[in-house]
Amino acid sequence: MTSIGLQHYLVVSSILFSLGLFGIVTRKNAVMVLMGIELILNSANINFVAFARYGNFGFDGQLIALFVVILAAAEAAVALAIVLNIYKNFSTVNVDEIDKLKE
Amino acid sequence: MPLTYFFDSIPLLYPEIVISALIAIIVLADLITSKVEKVLPYISLIGLAVAFYFVTDNYNANAMAFLNDTGKGMVAVDSFGSFFKMIILISSFLVILFTILSKELHDSMDRIGEYYTLIFGMILGMFFMVSSTNLILLYLSIELVSLSSYVLAGFIKTSTRSAEASLKYLIFGAASTGIMLFGISIVYGLTGSVNLYEISYLFQVTAGNKFLLNLSMILMFAGIGYKISSVPFHFWTPDVYEGAPTTITAYLSVASKAAGFALLIRLIKTGFSVETSTLGAWVVLPSFYWQDFLVLLSILTMTLGNFAALWQSNIKRMLAYSSIAHAGYLLAALAVLSDQGLIAILIYFAIYMLMNLGAFLVVIIIRNKINSEELSDYDGLGYSMPLMGVSLGVFLISLTGLPPTAGFIGKLYIFLALLDAKMIVLSVIMVLNSVVSLYYYVRVLKHMFLNKPKEEVAHIKFPLAENIYASVLAVAVIFFGIYFAPVINWAKNSLSLFGF
Repeated sequence: MTSIGLQHYLVVSSILFSLGLFGIVTRKNAVMVLMGIELILNSANINFVAFARYGNFGFDGQLIALFVVILAAAEAAVALAIVLNIYKNFSTVNVDEIDKLKE
Repeated sequence: MPLTYFFDSIPLLYPEIVISALIAIIVLADLITSKVEKVLPYISLIGLAVAFYFVTDNYNANAMAFLNDTGKGMVAVDSFGSFFKMIILISSFLVILFTILSKELHDSMDRIGEYYTLIFGMILGMFFMVSSTNLILLYLSIELVSLSSYVLAGFIKTSTRSAEASLKYLIFGAASTGIMLFGISIVYGLTGSVNLYEISYLFQVTAGNKFLLNLSMILMFAGIGYKISSVPFHFWTPDVYEGAPTTITAYLSVASKAAGFALLIRLIKTGFSVETSTLGAWVVLPSFYWQDFLVLLSILTMTLGNFAALWQSNIKRMLAYSSIAHAGYLLAALAVLSDQGLIAILIYFAIYMLMNLGAFLVVIIIRNKINSEELSDYDGLGYSMPLMGVSLGVFLISLTGLPPTAGFIGKLYIFLALLDAKMIVLSVIMVLNSVVSLYYYVRVLKHMFLNKPKEEVAHIKFPLAENIYASVLAVAVIFFGIYFAPVINWAKNSLSLFGF
């Protein structure tokens, strides 16, 4: 039986990254778009921790992951405040209907 | 990390410490005083002057702060970084002066404390963007700038346009920086380090996996390209510039673009170039085709920016596309990958700051009177407000790059750098682009001076401060077009990046 190695983590992280990108491009609801962004940040986190663990790079990668988790929380707070403001102004959070500024 | 390293680093970070202290002071002043909108501008302006003093103090320091065990630091304090810090501080100073004038922000005066806090958050982030040599610090500083500017773009809560601008900025910004973080994680996996000097050393001694390296650089460019609004990461620019409060638009178009370029230059020079030859050309590692990549982006960016600007009927939107085009010119100068190109970029930024902020200032002043940014509402305004009409004319001619204005000197140095490096095709494309840009800049003047106004307007009077700011900036743009030696010398003294 093969043990879980670096490749497994990298496959998971690239799947997460692709799903995140897919979500950003296809979702209409602003909150779902933001969830796509969170997926991208977390896929990078998995990379950092996996590389730090299997590459014997010390604790750098794990510390970076902590920073990114905190940053993702801050970003989510700002993002939800902005989406709330959008809902107040437009009564919708569908990104396709928010097009007062012309293309 | 020994504690002495930490104490040695503190004097190098005085400008950042001053800015951080100002954030705390502004928050406290906002809570304590009742006349916030009267007090805060003065606190901010004095604080910026103090920070400017410390930046000039560290101008020739050429040192690193926060060294790790192998003697490589996280923050480089050198004349190149100090140059961009000065640009950021001067433009912040001017933008705070514009904020006092702007009537757009009057409805939000009860929250103006937040406005200043976020501006200083942006300044702190941009300071680290221009001086950081650690990929994670770079990422965190980009996010600090972005998070503050998302909120600032939507600062006028009641305006639907402002709210939409902040949402679009948020989605594009968060997605691009997220992609950049994924790119950084791949670089970390390839090299085991996030320090630019260690990464550069490892790239020199080992070939590495070329495909992954190229992929990671392209992913990382997503974040940088979004900050400097280069094609194909420019989609947010017109919408955000049109919807955001004009003071913030002006600030984004100058300061945050300058910080993005400083970051890109530092990434290429410390991460990828081995040495500088005697003639000034950078010897760049062959692991990523920076020159071809930058030439391609520059051509796409300037062409798209200029052609899209032709059809705009809103002056802020037009200036947004024009700022994309200017990013293209700057990328062309960077593509030379030499000290000549770097000098041209520095000169261009010093001049671009004056002319672009000036153009936005006139837009703010005119909006205060006619409450519109549509070009059709500008008809005949040149006669009812001659000083503003002439100043806007000077700024737009300078943005086109015609003598005797300073914009000509900026473009001239970019051409010289391109011709020195025998990049004839790129320089021809740039000349053709400048010709296209003349059309849409002059169209504004046609609206102001040749079109008949819809109704007869009497002579419009402006407050003294507005007249002074506009005329001082216009005179400065012409003055530096004739006597440009100080700008050139300033740029030539600011070439040293730590380690080169």
